[in-house]
Amino acid sequence: MSESRQRTTPMGTLLGSLTLLLLWQGASMLLARPILPPPTVVVPLFLAALPGDLGLHLLASTARVLAAVFLAVITAAPLGLALGQLPKLDRIMGPLIAIIYPIPKIIFLPVIYVLLGITDFSKIILIAIIIFFQILVVVRDEAAGLRRELIVSVQSLGAGRRALFRYVYLPASIPAVLTALRVSVGTAVAVLFIAEQSLTSWGLGYYIVVETYQVLMYPEMYTGIMAMGLLGASLYGLIHAIETRYSKG
Amino acid sequence: MNAPMIDIDGLRFHYRDRGLLFDAFSLAIAKGEAWSIIGPSGCGKTTLLYLMAALNRPDAGVIRVGGVPLERPRPRTGLVLQDHGLLPWATVEANTKLGFKIRGFYGPDGRHSPKDTVRDRTTEDALTDHWLSWLGIDHLREKYPADLSRGQRQRAAIARTLVLQPDLLLMDEPFSALDAPIREELQRVMNRFHRETKLTSLTVTHDIEEAVVLGEKILILSDTLNQVPTVIENPHAGDPDLRKSAQFLDQCDRLRRLLEPRNRKGEA
Repeated sequence: MSESRQRTTPMGTLLGSLTLLLLWQGASMLLARPILPPPTVVVPLFLAALPGDLGLHLLASTARVLAAVFLAVITAAPLGLALGQLPKLDRIMGPLIAIIYPIPKIIFLPVIYVLLGITDFSKIILIAIIIFFQILVVVRDEAAGLRRELIVSVQSLGAGRRALFRYVYLPASIPAVLTALRVSVGTAVAVLFIAEQSLTSWGLGYYIVVETYQVLMYPEMYTGIMAMGLLGASLYGLIHAIETRYSKG
Repeated sequence: MNAPMIDIDGLRFHYRDRGLLFDAFSLAIAKGEAWSIIGPSGCGKTTLLYLMAALNRPDAGVIRVGGVPLERPRPRTGLVLQDHGLLPWATVEANTKLGFKIRGFYGPDGRHSPKDTVRDRTTEDALTDHWLSWLGIDHLREKYPADLSRGQRQRAAIARTLVLQPDLLLMDEPFSALDAPIREELQRVMNRFHRETKLTSLTVTHDIEEAVVLGEKILILSDTLNQVPTVIENPHAGDPDLRKSAQFLDQCDRLRRLLEPRNRKGEA
């Protein structure tokens, strides 16, 4: 399938980055306006800022995404398994999920702020909700594909609930969870960007919008954009790497 | 006669939304016998097999297996279903060894695995090698279920059950989803298996020919209430040339007549 086309080598990543820098340099020279500073300015600035405040902003954002991923996985995966294996429950919950699933969850931001207060936790919850629905739907469909006869066969080999979980449900849901994460990590970072623009003083969203863009520090703004890009790409790469390893093993 | 391997005594069973399927139903199956169970769909033949596997619970009555009343699924009972039930993400070899892993997971607790279970990789590997080659799928051990034909998948499912050295083999429509030539080939494999091992086995089928080929005794169930079992003797089951004999056609004919609802009374 498309899996072979997605596989990237270190060489490919390097070539891709160089091409991007070249295009960026070209565009910057063509446009010749402060809003697009060249990489020759931004990259050294980025490297210099990374050990300082920029690094802390990056850390704050990374921590929020990882916490959200963790929360989403531990809630959505078991619920997805339950829905997939209990058709009666799915008949009740299915339509509800079908309605909520396509709604962009960012619109709940004000509601979550009011309910949970203006804390880190509410930003994490918002991102967790987005990932939650992605995982829920994929794991549910995966679990629904485990036919009753498969379960009975494995039970007939002696498996009780714990062994079923260990040898059937867990291995069946891990690839589904990883796929859902890989697909949703982009959206998660985008929502993080929006959620961090206000009511916090740490995070790349805050850094890009409040600390740099609003005071017209464009080269510094681009270091934030680079950091955000790095965050998204690393998360994607990490999940993809685990996925590849898992499907081989 | 041998001590019965399975002793059903006064079985009563019904599903919530239907009438009684079994009432005061008693049946003994001797150790070492190969039985077929046949009947129209909805007659409870799979239900009876599941009752013997303790996957269904009787409303009343006792089912003893190996002399012990069934309370929960028995580790020494092997079960093969129409759907192979192989893990799609595991190779044939890994699927075959799944039962060992599950036994190792629980240890010898007597509930999920026999009390005398000792994990020993050498024996496990030897059993796996033996049954994979006995069933002719040794060369497929690195393949995944999706890479196999239906017949090969069913062979892998049988291997997975046999490596655990069951003392009773229950099969529910094991070959019903297969094309005729593959089905007949697997029936020959099971005939050979029974000749070599004399393992007590019960095969549920809706196919008259399959019942005659596999069962030394054939239990006929009806889609109304089952009380007195109708059992016919079929001593030529397992003969290599059975299908070509006149006896085969006679026996199939007899079974066909017995399966017509109005004729199914009294013969035992």
